[in-house]
Amino acid sequence: MTRVGIVGVGHGVFGRRSDATVQELAFEAFRDALEDAAIDRDVIDASVIGSVPEYHKQRSLAGVIQEYLGLVPKPTWLTEVACASGSAAMRTAWMSIKAGVHDIVAVIGCQKMTELSTAEILALMGRVGEVQWESGFGTTFPGYYAMFAKRHMHEYGTTREQLLDVAVKNHFYGAKNPYALFRKEITREKAMESEEVATPFQVYDCCANADGAACVILASEERAKEISTKPVWLDGIGCATATMSVLRRPSLVGLPSAEKAAAVAYEMAGVGPEDVRVADVHDCFTIAEIMAYEDLGFCKKGEGGPFVAERQTYIGGKVAVNVDGGLKAKGHPIGATGVSMTYEIAKQLRGEAGERQVPDVDVGLTHNVGGIGQYCFVQVMKRD
Amino acid sequence: MFKWFGKVNYTPYTKVSDFAQYLKDGYFMGSRCKKCGATSFPPRADCEQCMSGDFEFFEVSGRGRVHTFTKIVAAPTGFEDVAPYIVGVIDLEEGGKALAWFGDSIEEGDIEIGMEVQIVPQIFEELEEIKVYYSIERLGTTWSKVSSAH
Ligand SMILES: [Zn+2]
Repeated sequence: MTRVGIVGVGHGVFGRRSDATVQELAFEAFRDALEDAAIDRDVIDASVIGSVPEYHKQRSLAGVIQEYLGLVPKPTWLTEVACASGSAAMRTAWMSIKAGVHDIVAVIGCQKMTELSTAEILALMGRVGEVQWESGFGTTFPGYYAMFAKRHMHEYGTTREQLLDVAVKNHFYGAKNPYALFRKEITREKAMESEEVATPFQVYDCCANADGAACVILASEERAKEISTKPVWLDGIGCATATMSVLRRPSLVGLPSAEKAAAVAYEMAGVGPEDVRVADVHDCFTIAEIMAYEDLGFCKKGEGGPFVAERQTYIGGKVAVNVDGGLKAKGHPIGATGVSMTYEIAKQLRGEAGERQVPDVDVGLTHNVGGIGQYCFVQVMKRD
Repeated sequence: MFKWFGKVNYTPYTKVSDFAQYLKDGYFMGSRCKKCGATSFPPRADCEQCMSGDFEFFEVSGRGRVHTFTKIVAAPTGFEDVAPYIVGVIDLEEGGKALAWFGDSIEEGDIEIGMEVQIVPQIFEELEEIKVYYSIERLGTTWSKVSSAH
């Protein structure tokens, strides 16, 4: 079967984008990716849209995007697995090329989250968990991850300071990313002054809703070599699930879906965690990045707290993580996130990440989680 | 009558709706597969092990230990009036886990992971409509209607 190469990447500014519709956001990223690939849109065989429908007024989003991008009558479809919808789009596009159905596919992750009223957001927030047995108690997204944090602190001695070290690091790099929502550094002290959300979390433990889009153009090996002088290869792509209900998980100190997805991706790509020099991981909450280090094998189980405190995930450490600012500083337009992660790692592998460039990278990784770990996608990317 | 369950209920119709009737009567129930005997809490109609749809309810002691917890300050729609509230996940003695609020018998400062607790059926007394739930209480706490029935 053919290898699948990334031949073009595009990204729009994340943030409160009151200036644009969701299809206009998608267009920015798509145009950027076409320019990057130096191809005309006529060569695109199909598009896959990663997005979460309930945030948009427009129903059946793929259709309006396909029209606005000028890709009609080519095929399109939407993928949805909560915050991992963008990676699901990556995976189905990758599958379609692997299967020989398409040669060149545009993957667009996009989301507008700021159009909903606060009341609508609060209503959606109340249905994030398993609704039959959990939501009736007013569980929330930060509430679930806060319970992971409490248990992780209990079992491994992870500290409040270590959690905030994740936020400080990601804001440090986010300040250097022109696409990021928050472009300023923070201190632990400032973070500790922020409002309480769900203990032990305060505002600075949580990523922010945002609007935004990113685009990645994938091609078969043959076409990728024709189009690009430096294609990035998507050699491993693992996907796994965990139970919707946290009540049916044996432990709440990691995401079993992430461990499984990583194992699949590493095996497919023929690499191990020690080979990964740069990674974008799903830091929707500070504890989530610490658990990601462990689930991905960057450090041993339980050692994620000291790992970040010792600056092992800064550039110059063992593996640079979220040097684009992560969800924390870059913002989290949920459907766009997985594609945005792919954008960053492709740029890193091409040596085009500017002042955030990690030296000597041959292997990079993305880790995109849907919900509270119900879905996880891990991609291993390589350069020639 | 599953619409009785939870301060806000999103699933009024389910094959295990009798759970809410039992809860209203003071009984905390799990499900047991009549074919293979596999048990579940939360209850489920269709056996995860053997896929049989033939099940019965059985009473769960409600005893367990705190697996983890959090105090939710930023509350979603329908919970603004009770915020902040403390949610916990309990490892039940008979297996399975339950998620619930900590009740009045436990002070916030006394909550610890691993502590022994008791799940107790509850009714929202202040509401005219029937609304039932269960709370996490000190070991030995019983619901008044339960204690007289036993
Ligand atoms: Zn059975």
